[in-house]
Amino acid sequence: MAFYIVQFLTGLASAASLFLVASGLSIIFGVTRIVNFAHGAFYMLGAYVAFTLTDRFSGALGFWGGIVVAALIIAAVGVLVEMALLRRIYHSPELFQLLATFGLTLMVEDLVVLIWGPSELLGRRAPGFKGAVDFFGQNIPSYDLFLIALGPIVLGILWLLFQRTRWGVLVRAATQDRDMVAALGVNQKWLFTSVFAVGVFLAALGGALQIPRDAVHHAMDLRIIVDVFVVVVIGGLGSIIGAFVAAVLVSELNAFGILIFPKISIILVFLVMAAVLIVRPWGLFGKQEGPARRTPGLTVNPWRTLTSGERLAATAALIIAAALPLFSGNYALTIGSEIAIFVIFAASLHFLMAVGGLASFGHAAYFGLGAYGVAFLAKMAGLPMIVSLLLGPLLGCLGAAVFGFFAVQLSGVYFAMLTLAFAQIVWSIAFQWVTVTGGDNGILGVWPEKWAASPSHFYWLSLGIAALMVVGLRIVVFSPFGFALRATRDSPLRSEAIGIDGKRIQWTAFVIAGTVAGVAGALFAYLKGSVFPDSLGISLSVDALVMVLLGGVETISGAVVGAIVYKALNIWLVSQTDLSKLVLGAFIVLIVVAFPKGIVGMLETIRNRRRSASAKSALLASPIETAE
Amino acid sequence: MKLSVQDLNSHYGPAHILFDIALEVGDGEVVALLGRNGAGKSTTFRSIVGLVEQRSGRILFEGKDVSHQPTHAIVSRGLGYVPEERRIFTELTVEENLEVGRQPRRSNAPHWTREKLFALFPNLGEMRNRPGGRMSGGEQQMLTIARTLMGNPSLVLLDEPSEGLSPKIVEQMVDAILTMKKEGVSIVVSEQNLHFAKLISDRAYIIERGRICFGGTMAELDGRPDIRDAHLSL
Amino acid sequence: MSMVPTLLSVEGLSKSYGGVHAVRGVSFELKAGEILALIGPNGAGKSTCFDMLNGQKDPDSGRIKLLGEDTAGRPPRAICRLGVGRTFQITATFPTMTVRENVQVALVSYRGQLFNLWSSTPWFEQGEAGRLLELVGMGGYADRPCGELAYGDLKRLELAVALANQPKLLLMDEPTAGMAPRERIELMRLTARIAREQSIGVLFTEHDMDVVFEHADRILVLNRGSLIAEGSPEQVRGNREVRAVYLGEGLVYDARHRKGLSV
Repeated sequence: MAFYIVQFLTGLASAASLFLVASGLSIIFGVTRIVNFAHGAFYMLGAYVAFTLTDRFSGALGFWGGIVVAALIIAAVGVLVEMALLRRIYHSPELFQLLATFGLTLMVEDLVVLIWGPSELLGRRAPGFKGAVDFFGQNIPSYDLFLIALGPIVLGILWLLFQRTRWGVLVRAATQDRDMVAALGVNQKWLFTSVFAVGVFLAALGGALQIPRDAVHHAMDLRIIVDVFVVVVIGGLGSIIGAFVAAVLVSELNAFGILIFPKISIILVFLVMAAVLIVRPWGLFGKQEGPARRTPGLTVNPWRTLTSGERLAATAALIIAAALPLFSGNYALTIGSEIAIFVIFAASLHFLMAVGGLASFGHAAYFGLGAYGVAFLAKMAGLPMIVSLLLGPLLGCLGAAVFGFFAVQLSGVYFAMLTLAFAQIVWSIAFQWVTVTGGDNGILGVWPEKWAASPSHFYWLSLGIAALMVVGLRIVVFSPFGFALRATRDSPLRSEAIGIDGKRIQWTAFVIAGTVAGVAGALFAYLKGSVFPDSLGISLSVDALVMVLLGGVETISGAVVGAIVYKALNIWLVSQTDLSKLVLGAFIVLIVVAFPKGIVGMLETIRNRRRSASAKSALLASPIETAE
Repeated sequence: MKLSVQDLNSHYGPAHILFDIALEVGDGEVVALLGRNGAGKSTTFRSIVGLVEQRSGRILFEGKDVSHQPTHAIVSRGLGYVPEERRIFTELTVEENLEVGRQPRRSNAPHWTREKLFALFPNLGEMRNRPGGRMSGGEQQMLTIARTLMGNPSLVLLDEPSEGLSPKIVEQMVDAILTMKKEGVSIVVSEQNLHFAKLISDRAYIIERGRICFGGTMAELDGRPDIRDAHLSL
Repeated sequence: MSMVPTLLSVEGLSKSYGGVHAVRGVSFELKAGEILALIGPNGAGKSTCFDMLNGQKDPDSGRIKLLGEDTAGRPPRAICRLGVGRTFQITATFPTMTVRENVQVALVSYRGQLFNLWSSTPWFEQGEAGRLLELVGMGGYADRPCGELAYGDLKRLELAVALANQPKLLLMDEPTAGMAPRERIELMRLTARIAREQSIGVLFTEHDMDVVFEHADRILVLNRGSLIAEGSPEQVRGNREVRAVYLGEGLVYDARHRKGLSV
């Protein structure tokens, strides 16, 4: 019995940091409507800076002072980030904000290694809380008891701050309608900055307080952010109480999950999350979100099918691509195959995002499942390549059917966070379930059969399948189903009123996208001859997002162009620098801020402007008054 | 002169919405801005308070050009704005809604306190701790005006205060606006309902396709049925 | 009159939120080809009533019989499939499609082709889509992007979309809100004409008394969740209670409709 109580208390202690970070994320989201992906990075920075300060200054004052000062320093860094970056993207769509803050995370990861080195750092024990308390023969670290008390205290302080001060009233008002707050004479810029500072302070404090318990390392940002996303999805984004309750719930599930399913403890959290989402889709304490914001300057030009000239040009481009083996070597062909595979992957995500309006942050899950599907079939069942290629993607299809069912119950940022959490769960299973997946060592020796083994043959196979998939998706875009999907995205209210079951349509789209991603993953397994958990990882999901974004979310052909440009750039970059994350992160931030419409979107804008330069003056005079 | 707008031009993205808008409001005056839906009434107001980013021209408020200032700076000079959609903070109570609008006292404008506003809008006084979201449309319209008055404005822009309200509430709105006027607040009210505008206004402008096409007293407007019929489609 | 079928019959409809009765025991009937207005002060329960009829909210108690079927608790899409067309207070259309495509999507749904992955929608039921657009006077706008339309045209497009499933009943929530007076009259004339020709029942809420008195065959007046009056425009105008709680002195609407109001 005592053992279980101690396990429970350990869970409570872990909840403290999780609550601090999650409440910070919730507060920032409440006002700025930005889901700050970089929150994990601030948490990590708080830990690193606290490590340095507590290491440098001795004594109790040095320790506790170091912790608080570290959080303050990071809060100041947060203020700079808010003023330099976030102020530029407050009116951008959620997807862009998530990506920009993810780009920031990537940059911080490389910077941390640059400053503190790649190895784990062990922090000081907290003065006054070094020992342990005996509890019926079980030991509880006294620092854990301190953390257990801290959680409710911070909760109380935050409650007072929001309910009893003018600042709190203004923040709550801005949470609902920021422009109206400005229209009442409140300088909302500084309100936002102060809110961001408070949120970052909480994250950094959460990180700093972890140093007596855990080693500091450069991957702790992603680990905490996934936990935090799970917490806010369960508790309800924007709710501080929700963050507290869910942080306790998740920490306890982790504490006891290890006892029940030692290998795949994350399953338990997933089951609870799924249960909560079925009963309360917006979290235990959350409120339903309004419809997602639209892309700025959304093209009013409706999509149209290709003209015969354009069809000819596309065919010509395909023929030229198919001629590549005639004049290039094996290395170029391997890269060509990889690009073709990523065209499929990007096109599948693009279908979900651009047509369905569903920005998945975990699309790699279905890519990776397709790859593992092929690996299982080819290696374990020993099936021929054709059969594996046909059946392997079905694992992606199955995963998309299960996760998609839950994901489409939500929209906007909730959808993004949930898909990310799902992907992370699949990744964890692949990583932890060593007996089946080989864990970190992956599954090796998935080689194509002789007929497809040569680089040129495999290239043609990849190119052919890519062309098939892109044409197929395009047909679906203009099919009645594609229109129903767009209708659901454009106006859920109207589509429901004309008899469309939006959730079922979106679920179907999710399954289609997951299956096509699975096809890409299946080819990828054969290209590399092996499968690793990386194929399910966050960074691959984000790669796909960047490809779509780079090409242009609002276009139909953007994904193809985006995948080609990005993949080529990426391969070149990795060969050029060790700080690829730093460069990539900066690149993502740059696209979001400077080129939100992507390459194809920009070309279309230029073309439209030129075409209608004369006709436009008539249109401009027509009365358009936005009801905003 | 309370407010003087000269050569105001506004754009939303590529669309040119307002063309060379000029209008003036004297101290203590109630001026109506009339026009159809989409004629540019809301955009004019939003441009004056700086909620439309792409705007050019001169906006003199109490003799000072505010056309390059951000919204909060313009509003905290004493230029109050009540938007068309009311935009009550539904999660906040009546008193908290008023708190958001509170600004320091101003020498050249009437000073409003909660108690004074509760006397003007007795309904609100009876529901001080009720969340804004649990109020009826009419009560919300009262609250949104009271909230703006908490900023002690010397001029208020009222965007379509009668829209979506029952006739009975509209009549109460007439009384409230006349009281504000008596206290010394200058008011610009945008309207489609000419009956309503006539009850409260001294002068009127008519806006059509982003251009001002008439300006004059209500009596002058009555004498020009041609203009009224062409632009107000009554 | 007795031969005209009853489209909608509502009995004892009630709904409360947190102890507050939003709608209390509302009962009424609507016949084919009839235009029925639902009016009342803000907060009287019109929206709640409407939301229950169109499936966005579930009633606490009471029955809604639509074309003979009990629809209480069914989602809006199911109610649409029974033959109900809807327009919204703030127009809901698909801004990234052309005008014609907006109608085509509704036709896709009506024809049960939602999961058709193959056909080309731009060619789907072009003739029928064109006919519906002609009906509301939008034939010339078929290829225009919907996002470019003026507000009055959007309202007419919405009407065409609402008519795509050959409805027996139109539910219109403040159909003329945000429109200029002349546009209001034109839209309601159009609606009334279509309703008479195709014998469609229309239920609408509205604050513009000029529109209500001009076009409604019958008026229901709701106050504090209960029906306080029901009858022809003349009867409702002459009702003392309705004047007290809603119509007021008639200063703010057209003189033509003030008859019988002077106290």
